[in-house]
Amino acid sequence: MKTGSDRDAILKKYETVIGLEVHAQLLTETKIFCRCPTRFGAEPNTQTCQVCAGMPGVLPVTNKKAIEYSIRTGLAMNCAIAPYSRFARKNYFYPDLPKNYQISQYELPLCEHGFVEIVVDDEVKRIGITRIHMEEDAGKNIHEGKGDHSFVDLNRTGVPLMEIVSEPDIRSPREAAEYMKKLRAIVRYLGVCDGNMEQGSLRCDANVSVRPVGRKEFGTRTELKNMNSFKFVEKALEYEVKRQISVIEDGGEVVQETRLWDSAAGVTQPMRSKEEAHDYRYFPDPDLPPIVIGKEWIDSVRAGLPELPDEKRKRFKEIHGLPDLDAELLTSEKAIADWFEQTVKAGGQAKAVSNWMMGDLMRIMNDENKSIEEISLKPEQMAGMLALIDNGTISGKIAKTVFEEMCRTGKDAAGIVKEKGLVQISDSGAIEKAVDEIIAKSPDEVARFRAGDEKLLGFFVGQVMKATKGKANPKLLNELLLKKLK
Amino acid sequence: MKLNEMTIVGLRKLLDSREITVKDVVDSVYERIDVVEERVKAFITVTRDEAYNDAERAQKIIDSGGAFLLTGVPLAIKDNMCTKGILTTCASKILHNFIPPYESTATGKLKEQGYVIVGKANMDEFAMGSSTENSSVHTTRNPWNTDCVPGGSSGGSAAAVAAGECIAALGSDTGGSIRQPAALCGVVGLKPTYGRVSRYGLVAFASSLDQIGPLTKDVADSAALMNVIAGHDPLDSTSAPVATPDFMAALGKDIRGLRIGIPKEYFIEGIDSEVEKAVNNAIRELEAFGAKAVAVSLPHTEYATATYYILATSEASSNLARYDGVKYGLRETGKDLLDMYMNTRAKGFGAEVKRRIMLGSYALSSGYYDAYYKKGQQVRTLIKNDFDNAFKEVDVIVTPTSPTPAFRVGERAADPLQMYLSDIFTISVNLAGIPAISIPCGFTKDNLPVGLQIIGKSFDEECILKTAYAYEQATEWHLRRAAL
Repeated sequence: MKTGSDRDAILKKYETVIGLEVHAQLLTETKIFCRCPTRFGAEPNTQTCQVCAGMPGVLPVTNKKAIEYSIRTGLAMNCAIAPYSRFARKNYFYPDLPKNYQISQYELPLCEHGFVEIVVDDEVKRIGITRIHMEEDAGKNIHEGKGDHSFVDLNRTGVPLMEIVSEPDIRSPREAAEYMKKLRAIVRYLGVCDGNMEQGSLRCDANVSVRPVGRKEFGTRTELKNMNSFKFVEKALEYEVKRQISVIEDGGEVVQETRLWDSAAGVTQPMRSKEEAHDYRYFPDPDLPPIVIGKEWIDSVRAGLPELPDEKRKRFKEIHGLPDLDAELLTSEKAIADWFEQTVKAGGQAKAVSNWMMGDLMRIMNDENKSIEEISLKPEQMAGMLALIDNGTISGKIAKTVFEEMCRTGKDAAGIVKEKGLVQISDSGAIEKAVDEIIAKSPDEVARFRAGDEKLLGFFVGQVMKATKGKANPKLLNELLLKKLK
Repeated sequence: MKLNEMTIVGLRKLLDSREITVKDVVDSVYERIDVVEERVKAFITVTRDEAYNDAERAQKIIDSGGAFLLTGVPLAIKDNMCTKGILTTCASKILHNFIPPYESTATGKLKEQGYVIVGKANMDEFAMGSSTENSSVHTTRNPWNTDCVPGGSSGGSAAAVAAGECIAALGSDTGGSIRQPAALCGVVGLKPTYGRVSRYGLVAFASSLDQIGPLTKDVADSAALMNVIAGHDPLDSTSAPVATPDFMAALGKDIRGLRIGIPKEYFIEGIDSEVEKAVNNAIRELEAFGAKAVAVSLPHTEYATATYYILATSEASSNLARYDGVKYGLRETGKDLLDMYMNTRAKGFGAEVKRRIMLGSYALSSGYYDAYYKKGQQVRTLIKNDFDNAFKEVDVIVTPTSPTPAFRVGERAADPLQMYLSDIFTISVNLAGIPAISIPCGFTKDNLPVGLQIIGKSFDEECILKTAYAYEQATEWHLRRAAL
């Protein structure tokens, strides 16, 4: 492909179409068809029984909690809950699948026809959810360090999963990443999945195609696998979109295939075709009667739903007067949203709280790799610091230092200010004295300022701040300087 | 009468009154096995050591005065029910060394009562067949004529009961696998309503059709075993959450005014004339007690065999996928994983099992699913509707169990289609999920037993037991014993 603006012009000729299939591991205590624990990281084959190990003669019994969690997710994603759905068997041979079929749902899924909203470039966009169905996870084959044998760990076999299938409504890798973040936010709000992509409790496959802008028909799609972080979802899709466009631009045709994202090489590569040539021979699982869900059950699950990210975002916008971007970011995690609201409740002004959280607070969380629950700063302390700014005790600049110190030590702002003598100088006499000294020491600059070089005001402010160790009340200082210099 | 020839109900009295000990009964059973098993070959595994341990425990229960219906009663178990610590092979090479780490619900209920396990009975491999000729171990012989098959697939269970090698037995019935061998061996075999007895621990052949049931010397024992094994099981999602009646209480009730349906589709050309005669006599006998014979029609009967062989093989193709050499059972070596799978399954499964796996895989394949599996399900509904309609007019339906008496070993083995016709009268009942019993109703000139099938409404085993018992009381067929 060509470089620079030529390249951008070519990319702009195409529209990207993406649909995502997301697997979310449900946070039930026990597996979906037996009563084995779902605990992660146990010794191999210690969380198994005859049922999940696929012994002859065993039968599955559905975990009601798994159904409830899936209904909860379906409702949160605005789906219709099927009054009658079925489990089906997906037949294929693989050692990590002890029955050599996976119990999944096929023709009659539990949830259908929903949507979620994402915010991209400060605009709200709706992404359709085709279906959400339940299925059992497979185990894990272990090939490394075992000589010429492979081993199978069945601990994960039968852990409940939801597969959330989107409509092909996603139009850019960026939107795909935002959609993933939104799904993660929702399942975490609901408490049905921990949303950890690196550990595989949230997994994503993507169907991607491109088409000339304006064309109705979809282009030939490829399926992408192995994108185990939000960053990789975006990167893999960016790579794949460009790859498909350059295939077409070079006069070729996109081949329908499954491709794996290689994060080390930063490319997608075709999977061996043998691995995808499956006829799964789906049929209704005769061991499991249809799942019949009455209105009462749905109503009671609905009544137990928490306030969800989208509702919260709307409320934050309305009640707190926040812009879309602030509202979206602050509601991405329930804990962050709660922290925000507690700070506001403790007296913080909403936009000021939002600015501090989106800036300094998230930077510190990032640097220290801590969640909001793990940092030592508490909402009341944050509100306390904002109050000190409001009443003029400290300047916004001093507040940065105070904030760092609060996060480091867990002490209150007032204590830090007192201890370090950071109280803002709002005594106009003291500031005036400093101003007079600087004016006396800088006759040249004074002359130039008076001759019209008003940019020099900054020089005087800086000098006075230096002399007062940054504690001069900036507003007073400005007024005094202007008065004296003019 | 020797103890091994007795019934559960008969032994119960003698055991509880301490006229005999459990050991006496077990001795009697194994003495018989020592004499006849060489010729009958009813068992894959004879569990003599377990039996004597069971006997000791049972005797203690009896001595403490807390005996149950089955305490100290020696029973044979078809080798497709998981028995903890006891080899369970399904008569297949692929499970030749499989010792289950858990107990099936049905046998677990027997254990709770302190029964004595005599052995694991022979069967057609994975219950696929009508003669036990598909067993990878050996072919069981009919105690009435050892040149003949005992029927199948529960042929080992039926033959063991008929030969007096046990007091009674458990079998399983997917398309007639309890009733057809019961008929051919001259014993009583009951296939309960689908969902009446837990399937947990029964190695699956066709999950939507399989049902465990008793093979016994008379109807009272059938009711007795049902009292123990029936009931809802939280480990089996297809087990019905319905109350279990006292089946024995149904026995001895009057059948005057009972309406007996005679389906014209079951009295057709090709049915053995001696069988037809015996069944017609039985119907007249029932009428003599005041029952009323009514002609009924089950119009979709002719599609039953085709429907069955699509649905049962489809389910089997998936159920048997787990036998792959990875986890248990036979493992052949191979140059890679696929090779290992193929070598293991090629060597582990017999010809009939392979045939059915292929049939089922084909029926479920993309592009064929609608024409076969889906169509099969639709016809299954029509067959079920046939029975629902007929049962608006009648209380039970009476037919021959098998179109012929026992056939000779090897006679049908070469022709699967001919073999499939053995189950022509029993298959519809499984498709409809309803209960049916086979009881002895006569003998041919060659002294081979003939079976009468009595079919009932869903969860109305009581009515068929009542009818069967009334017939049995008036006849002596069930008292005849095979001369071995």
